[in-house]
Formats: sequence, structure tokens, C-alpha cells
Amino acid sequence: MRITCPICGERDSREFSYRGADVALRRPSPDASEAAWDDYVHLRDNPAGVTRDLWHHAAGCSAWVVVTRNTVTHEVLETQLAADEVRA
Amino acid sequence: MRVLGKGLIDRATPVGFTFDGVRYEGFEGDTLASALLANDVRLMGRSFKYHRPRGVLTAGSEEPNALVTVGTGPAQDPNMRATVQEIYEGLEARSQNRWPSLAFDVMSVNDLAAPFLGAGFYYKTFMWPRAFWEKLYEPVIRRAAGLGALSGDPVEDRYERAWAFCDLLVIGAGPAGLMAAQTAARAGLDVILADEDARMGGRLLAERHEVGGTSGPEWVASMLEDLGGMPNVRLMTRTTVTGAYDQGTYGALERVGHHLPRAGHRPLETFWRIVAKRAILAAGALERPVAFANNDRPGIMTAGAVRAYLNRWGVSPGRAVSVFGNTDDIYRTARDLKSAGVHVAAVVDARADADAPIDVPVYKGAVVCDSAGGKHLESITIRTAGREEKISTDCLAMTGGWNPTVHLTCHMNGRPAWRDDILAFVPRPDAIPGMEVAGACNGAMSTAACLREGAEAAGGIVADLGKSVSELDLPEAEDDPYRPAPLWHVPGKGRAWLDFQNDVTVKDVRQAAVENFRSVEHMKRYTTQGMATDQGKNSNVAALAVLADATGRAIPETGTTTFRPPYAPVAMAAMGSGAQGKGFAPERFTTSHKATVERKAPMIEAGLWYRPSYFPHPGEDTWRQSCDREVGYVRNAVGICDVSTLGKVDIQGPDAAKLLDFVYINMFSTLKVGRVRYGLMLREDGHVMDDGTTARLAEHHYVMTTTTAAAGQVMAHLDFVHQCLHPEWDVSFTSVTEQWAQFAVAGPKSRALLNNLLDLPLDDATWPFMACGEISVAGIKGRLFRISFSGEHAYEIAVPARYGDSLFRLLVARAEGMEGGAYGMEALNVLRIEKGFITHSEIHGRVTAFDIGMERMVSAKKDCIGKVMAARPGLMDPERERLVGLKPAGATKQLTTGAHLFAQGADPVRLNDQGYITSVGFSPSLGSMLALGFLKNGPDRYGETVKMVDHVRGIEALCEVVNPVFFDPEGGRVRG
Repeated sequence: MRITCPICGERDSREFSYRGADVALRRPSPDASEAAWDDYVHLRDNPAGVTRDLWHHAAGCSAWVVVTRNTVTHEVLETQLAADEVRA
Repeated sequence: MRVLGKGLIDRATPVGFTFDGVRYEGFEGDTLASALLANDVRLMGRSFKYHRPRGVLTAGSEEPNALVTVGTGPAQDPNMRATVQEIYEGLEARSQNRWPSLAFDVMSVNDLAAPFLGAGFYYKTFMWPRAFWEKLYEPVIRRAAGLGALSGDPVEDRYERAWAFCDLLVIGAGPAGLMAAQTAARAGLDVILADEDARMGGRLLAERHEVGGTSGPEWVASMLEDLGGMPNVRLMTRTTVTGAYDQGTYGALERVGHHLPRAGHRPLETFWRIVAKRAILAAGALERPVAFANNDRPGIMTAGAVRAYLNRWGVSPGRAVSVFGNTDDIYRTARDLKSAGVHVAAVVDARADADAPIDVPVYKGAVVCDSAGGKHLESITIRTAGREEKISTDCLAMTGGWNPTVHLTCHMNGRPAWRDDILAFVPRPDAIPGMEVAGACNGAMSTAACLREGAEAAGGIVADLGKSVSELDLPEAEDDPYRPAPLWHVPGKGRAWLDFQNDVTVKDVRQAAVENFRSVEHMKRYTTQGMATDQGKNSNVAALAVLADATGRAIPETGTTTFRPPYAPVAMAAMGSGAQGKGFAPERFTTSHKATVERKAPMIEAGLWYRPSYFPHPGEDTWRQSCDREVGYVRNAVGICDVSTLGKVDIQGPDAAKLLDFVYINMFSTLKVGRVRYGLMLREDGHVMDDGTTARLAEHHYVMTTTTAAAGQVMAHLDFVHQCLHPEWDVSFTSVTEQWAQFAVAGPKSRALLNNLLDLPLDDATWPFMACGEISVAGIKGRLFRISFSGEHAYEIAVPARYGDSLFRLLVARAEGMEGGAYGMEALNVLRIEKGFITHSEIHGRVTAFDIGMERMVSAKKDCIGKVMAARPGLMDPERERLVGLKPAGATKQLTTGAHLFAQGADPVRLNDQGYITSVGFSPSLGSMLALGFLKNGPDRYGETVKMVDHVRGIEALCEVVNPVFFDPEGGRVRG
């Protein structure tokens, strides 16, 4: 699989480590409910179709990248720096 | 038999080789199969199950019969296809699956037992007693049925892997592929043209077609000259594209050294990963054999193979050849044979209505229904309406039509579509994103159509990629009709082979249908059809046609099995190349490695790092003696230890303190400049991730240390926190683990040692415990940290890595002059256990700050990673297994890591489990074995006696539960 790192360009997926759903970007506040924290830490969807997850360009520039991809076709639809998405 | 004046072999260059110990001669350009046929060797193997004598069936990589072993010892390569293996001077090939010899094979009795060995025989027969399967049945069956064997020696050959990138990958260099490559290359695309043959040209090398007014091979040569002269074209021969993967990635196996004697560093194979914006599959088609009784005798082969041996290699596989089939190819074959002066015994045309413009005996509307002969074909029986006639022949060229090579288009779940006009499956469009299909593998069955499709496919891609195509100028070529008629199986008695390699017959497929294995996938697994190394390339479509017939369905309705990568066999050594030996686990060495090895220290692995276990002295027989001595250095004098493997992260920026406060449970914003603090880091789920010290070198400059094991994980975590949670923070950090060599100088004489070494002396007022700052040693600027992992007065001194070797040697020499010296991991471990300091043996991923007694470090003044989840009641339950120290309290003095803890009188079973031991060591300082472990309610049970049981090693010992800080619990020594 090929993933386009917003910094380095299109690269082999083996340069990246898969780091789970992009849910991790939306950390609850410390006083959020137990359920909100449970969701954040433990609960993940397993979609057949479009998903958004985090890939760490560990063997590259160290960027955390939000990858929008299709789990059925393996198509990579969009990539974006996690930092840009969080700032936006 | 060689035919004069034919073939593309170099008759001026004879090549000697051996087969089963007999020396033969062939010519440069021969494959093993063509050279053996030229020497009238027809028997090349024995079949998998029945040990039937077999000869070559095809002339390509799909060959099911002629598998041989090449070489011996570590260089032994089993299951090499004689049709692919090129000969070279000194090549040694041997036949397989026979004993004692190929001509006389004892196991051929299996053939007589054939009525009992049909589909499902093993499943039904060797059911019980169950224990017999593994011990008796399977070993015996495996020995009897099989292919070549590996030598069992480690591989000595080199294999390589490589990557390539291009605009267009053209797979197959026949007429379609060559046209496509030229069209794209002339438009300026970066083109890779890959072909699995040693020589490009595809069927043009095997037929007598003219292209553009010249012979096929001449046209190919001119195309290759044109392509070879273009800088944007890469020609890859002997390269099989084995798989199609996501985003235009293709796997390809290049046979670099199989056709040459072993020499030097030349790899045997290179496994390529080719990334292509677009691809054209021009892989051609594979010919189908016809199933009739005894259709597997040596001498019976595909018609296309007969033409290839004749036209390309100048070999006639027989002296009186007959031809049988269902397309116009039979006349093409007969004409080629005749023009070469080979006697054609008969042409058997399964179609009744075809014209027969040829001067040989033609049987129309007839079939071959049986064959006879021993180790090679002697006669065939021809059946016409109501009559059977036996004729003498020593070679039968048969064709059941052609199957487009659709395999790669199925690698991403694509299913081929049936075309009734050519009686074959063709790829559906867009089966692989970015891939077009052209030529025979798309169902184009004439040279003219192949040329046109190749040019058109490339033209479309050129336009897609924004370049312009020059005027198409297609050379003239044959556009003969193909006219296939259905012919899968000739009815009659006797076994008719479908899958030659796995010995699957028409009867077996019918049997599967009778037993209700009606799905093609079930039939395949029940009969093993298509499961041999040829993956059913020769048999798939015919087998499912028989299944369709047996189950009363049409072929498209019956469907195909799934083609998966690799297209052709790939050696594990090729796929895994680069990952053997040090490539599998690279070695990381510290700057003190050389000096350490010179001192004969046994090295142990810490991740990829190598660290000294201990430094043996003369007269010491066991590691314990060395370890005890080294512990004594630190407790009584001064010890030196390389601690450079710990992760070091340089953190700078106005928000550096915010980052540290957020990743550690305790505060770092309040740390004074010039001071160091111990920190504990959690995962977001509340469990401990890592620990270490962090020094504040300046207002906005910290250096964090991590454990050796978690250095990478912590770096990624810091990246996550900064990029994914707080990108607004103005902070930068980078790993400097390898930039600094760092050594522990530990023990009561450590300051004295350093004072003799540093350019400015140290004192307690400016260098108290947990101080840090810049120092210089011999004019070299470095850093000093007064920290201790031993509980002694100690320092860690860091210098740029290039000075590490000389500083280590200097420190050890000075220490040795002060009754101290170097110490290794064993002593380091004992020293830290004596002090109850934790490592990843304790913080193994399932413990909380509470479990290790550090819950009070969690700052109430701030949020941090893991804080919310760590506060969950279940993680703060006193009943949890919590850190304790343990000392032997009974007759058995030995404590072992991994042992479990039980109440004194309890049965040592899981239900009574109260905890476990994580670290043990013998403390020379205290004269006892010491252990750290986790015990339910542990800190409330000091003084209690519990039972340790090591079920694996069979050891039981009583232990006293104590405070984990065994040595100097007041901590006076570290400040002294």
C-alpha cells in the first residue's frame, strides 16, 4: 500500500506505523464523563468502507498523518497532517 | 532430435550439462527441456501420487511435469522447471520423486493401486486410530508423494530485494507488450518492460509469423534495439511479475543467477517491488491440454509447446508426430512440422466442419481416445464416428484452446468473465485499478489483434498521463481465424488427466461432484486440483468444465477458483532477502563496544543494542564471581558503566515545560535550571509507560532520558502528544541517543575520580544530589548529571559520541587505580534490586503508578496523560498486586523470576495465586538472594511469610515480604 505523507510525498506503507482510529485526536477534558473517557480510550468502530485513522511516519519524517481510506478497496482517499487537522 | 536450420539457439556454442549423472550437450539458448528433448530424453519426472512416468508438457513456466533438482548441498534448488531452467556449462540436474531411479521407480506400484487412490482416499482411509496420523500415516504418505527436497543446509546463496518506480509497467514482452512499451516510451513515459522469459518476444519466437514484412524474431530484435536505446525504458528479462497489490505496487521475481554457474556475489534471485502509475498486462495465454485416457505419457504435449521446441529451439520432440485439437492451431502445427521435414502421422480435428488445407492424413470430427507406450508414447487410438483406429506415433501435439493469463487481474478480488466465442475466461475491465489488459490475455487471438491492442492500451494511458501519442503505425501481421469448438474431455474408459502435477483425473472431479462437493472451491480442495506448484494453470478451466458437466451447470455459472499471488513459485529466500542474519536484527553498538569486547565481556542483547553482561577477571569461573566483584566496586569504591543506550531526548522551546508536565505524572515546570528529576509516564489508559530522569539545562531546554527498551515508543508518544493533541505548543524535540556517549561513575570514590579528571573540581555545594550542568574534560565540553541507579553517590557523564571510546577507557583505567573498575548489566541489575528500583521487568505494561507505590507522585495541580483513567476504582484497589521485596525465609534460598506467590498453606493452583516475582538477584552486600515482585495487598503485608512456587523449574521456597528498598533505606549514601 502507498500512503502520501503531506511532508515527504507518496511512500511505501511500510515506512508508517498504524496507530489506530483518528478518535485519538479528540481527547476529552479531564472532567468529562466516564462514558466519554471510555469511548476515547477503548471503543473503536470497525467499518467496512471509509475510515479515518492515524499513521505515524516512523521511518520517515515522524509526522502523524490522518489517512482517509477505504477498508474494502484499500483506496487511500486523502491524507493530512494531524497537526493541521487539530489546529483547524 | 535437432532439426537442421531451425531455431534461435547458437549452434556455435555447445554447452555440456548432466541429467541424473549422464552428460549431454546442448547449445547456448537451450532450456534444460529443449536440450533433453534434443538428446531424445523424454522421461523427465514421476508424477506426484501415482509415480507415472512423465515428460515435458509445456515450454513455459506453467510446466507441471518436468520438475528437477539443480545443484547439491546448500546450493540445492528443488522443483526447478526444466522448461525455465537454462543450461550452462556444468549444470547438474536430477530427477525427483523416484527411487531408485527415474526409469525404474519402485513406487510406481501406486499406479496399479490407482482404483483405490482416488479423490478423498486419504481423508477416508487414514481416519483412525487418531494417533497414527501424525506418527505413521502422514510421514509415510509424505515420503511416497512428493516433489524435490531441500538439502537442509543453510542457504549460502545471495538473494536481493529491490525497488523500482515507473510511469508504466508493461507485463509481458510479446507482440502486445512490445507495441505497448514502444508507444508509451516514444511519448516520453518512463517504462519498465518485464518478461519472465530469458528472451523477449513471447509467441513470436515460437511461431513462424511475419510481422511488418520481416520474421517474428527479427521484428522483435528491431523493437528491442529501439527500446534499448531509449533512456526512459528499462528492459527486465527473466522477471516474472508475481503479484498485483494496492496503489499500483507489483511484486516481481528476477532470476539473476539461475542460468549461470554460481560465482562471486551475484545474487540468485532479486525480488522487486515495482511501483507503477499505470500498468499494461500483456501476459499472453496458456494452452489447455485435452483430457483423454492416458493423456499423460511422455511424448504427449501441448501443440504450442511442440511449435516452440521446433521453431525456437530447433528440436522436434518426435519423429512421427500427430496433432489433435479443436482450433485452427492444429493445422498451424502440422504445417510447421512438415516445413521442418518432420513426419506428421495424423491430424485429428475434433471439429467436423473445419477446412483442411494440408497434405497429411486428417481425421475430421474425430478424437484421440487413448494412448499406449511405456516410458514414452508409442501409439494413439483415434475414434471417429463408430470406429477406432490405432496409429503409431511417438509424439502427440494436443490443444484444447487457450486460456488468457488472467491471474494478475484476480489478485485484488477481480473475477474473470466467460466469453463464449473463444471458450475462455477473460479479465473484466478495471479489475486492478490503473491496469489495462491487452493482447492474448485479453482474448485477442491473432498477432495483428495483439499489436493493435497493445498500441491502443498504451495510447490511452499516454493520454491519461497528459502526454501526446505519435501517429500509430501498426506493422502488418497474421490475423488468422482461431475457431475453437468445445473439447474438454474425451469420454471413455481409463484415467484422463486434468491436473498432471497433482494426479487429478476426470474421474476424481466427477467423484467430488457425486459426493456433493459441487462448489468449484470445494472440488478443488477435495481433489487437490490446482493446488500444486503450477497452481492449476494447465488444468483449471478444463476441471471446472468437467465439474460443470457433472453438476448440470454452465461454465460461467460454475465459476473459477481464486487466483492468488504469486503467479509463479517464489523462493522464501527471495521474499525474505535482506532479513537473514544481521539483516533480520541489525546490531547497535555503544562507543565502548570495542573496549568492552577487548576485555572479553560476554555481550547480551538489549533490544538491538549489545551491552556487557560482566567483565571477567582471571581466576573467575562463574559469572556470579564477576558480578559480585563488580557490585563491590560500586558499593565500596567506584564502578564505570556505559549507559548510552538509554533514550535521550533533547527538548527545547518556550512550551517545553508544558509538554513535560503533560506527559509525566509529576511536575517539571517547577524544576530549577541545573537540576534533574525522576519522572513517571503513563499511557492514556492509566498504566505505566516508562520512567526516567529529565534534566533542565536552561529555562527552555530539557534533556529527557527514557529506558533503553522504550526509547522508540516514548519518542513516538511525544510526537503524538505534540502533533495530535497540542500542536499549538511552541516546542521541538529530537532524539540525541546516539549523539551522546554517557557513562555512570558510581560509588563512594566517584567524586574523587571525577575531580582528578574534570577541568574544574566538584563540590557538594554546587553539585548536590540531582544537580546537572556543563563540565569539560580534557578541554571537551560535556554534561554531568548527579544521578544514581545504584543508591550510591554517583554521576553520569556525557560527552559527544566521538569521544566515548577514549573517555570510557580513561574512566575504567582511573577506576582500576582506585580499587574499582567497569561493571556490566548483571551488577547493574543487582545494584538496582538492592535499592528496589524498577525496570521494565516491573513496569511491564499492566501495572499502575499505584501498583509500584508512586501514586502520590501524581500532581493534583495539572492534567496529564493517563491521569483520569488511572483514578478508576479498579486501578486503585488495595487488593491489587503491588510491588514488594522478597527474601528467602526457609531452607530453600533460591528465588526465581516468573515464580508465583501463594499463601503459606495454600495449594499452588491458579485460584490461589497471589502474585509473582519479576526480578531476582544475589546481593553480595546483604549476603542473600533478593527478589522484587507483585503481591496482592503487598505493602500491607511486610513481615508475612508467603510461598513461592516455580512450576516450570519445580522450585518451592518460603519468602518474607519486605520493603522493596533492601539496602540503605534512608538513602544516606546517595547524598553523601
